[in-house]
Amino acid sequence: MENFTPYSALAGGLLIGAAATLLLWFNGRVAGISSITGSLLTPRSGEVLWRVIFLVGLVAGVAVFYAAFGGAPLTRASYSSGLLIAAGLLVGFGTSLGGGCTSGHGVCGLGRLSLRSLVATVTFLLVGIAATFVSRHIVGVI
Amino acid sequence: MPALLVNLVAGLLFGLGLALSGMTHPEKVLGFLDFAGHWDASLLFVLGGAVGVTVVAFRFVLRQPKPLLAEKFYLPTRKQIDLPLLAGAVIFGIGWGISGYCPGPAVALLAAPENREVWLFLPALLTGQLLYRLAARQFAKVAIGNLLESGSTANS
Repeated sequence: MENFTPYSALAGGLLIGAAATLLLWFNGRVAGISSITGSLLTPRSGEVLWRVIFLVGLVAGVAVFYAAFGGAPLTRASYSSGLLIAAGLLVGFGTSLGGGCTSGHGVCGLGRLSLRSLVATVTFLLVGIAATFVSRHIVGVI
Repeated sequence: MPALLVNLVAGLLFGLGLALSGMTHPEKVLGFLDFAGHWDASLLFVLGGAVGVTVVAFRFVLRQPKPLLAEKFYLPTRKQIDLPLLAGAVIFGIGWGISGYCPGPAVALLAAPENREVWLFLPALLTGQLLYRLAARQFAKVAIGNLLESGSTANS
């Protein structure tokens, strides 16, 4: 585990949990990124601005971090564009069909002790592990 | 508008947390998902830290009659474990395991616009979400049509 970074991972996780708590406590909203982006595709009045502002804040937070400490991820030269697009389609369709992603089901759903979210989180973790194994060690495309 | 400011601050904290945790790097996410390689347990600590906070804090928050700045809590209402939930989680898991991106880090990558992966992955993600919405709308139309049809047959 040469790349293991437990302290920054834990501290980052605490910040994410604090952000989700703030949003629910003050505004009654769930910090699920897939729901936030998905809802913007079929906009309804009164449901757009808060989501846009949250996403602007998210990108700004990441930008501030990169500006202060560097380390922005670089394009992976060996990674196929077609595969990246296919993966994006799957992530978009799957999170909309399943009603959430790592933040909506993982961080917020587990926080509400939702059984649906627990089942979803365990499922996408296990399937993710299997998909990485197959694409990296069997097919060898990533 | 204090409520709008809360959205901004929550977004900022979320973004800072994502970047600090290393989860904006798809290779670090894949390092967690790849049990057969040099396994990196970091993602577990990110999820553990975040869920540790929400499990404790949400208990307090959801005991309040309503949020501080809104009329009500906007929470998902579905409770049953159904096929769409499972199928959606499986499809998402495949895309996640191939790429190392879930939606948060994909949006976060807009902060590194020179990385061309964001311009491939994020539009594809949004297209996938749009396709689902179009498919669901079509499905609902057909289902309602069938319902009306069977209703009119029963009446005749």
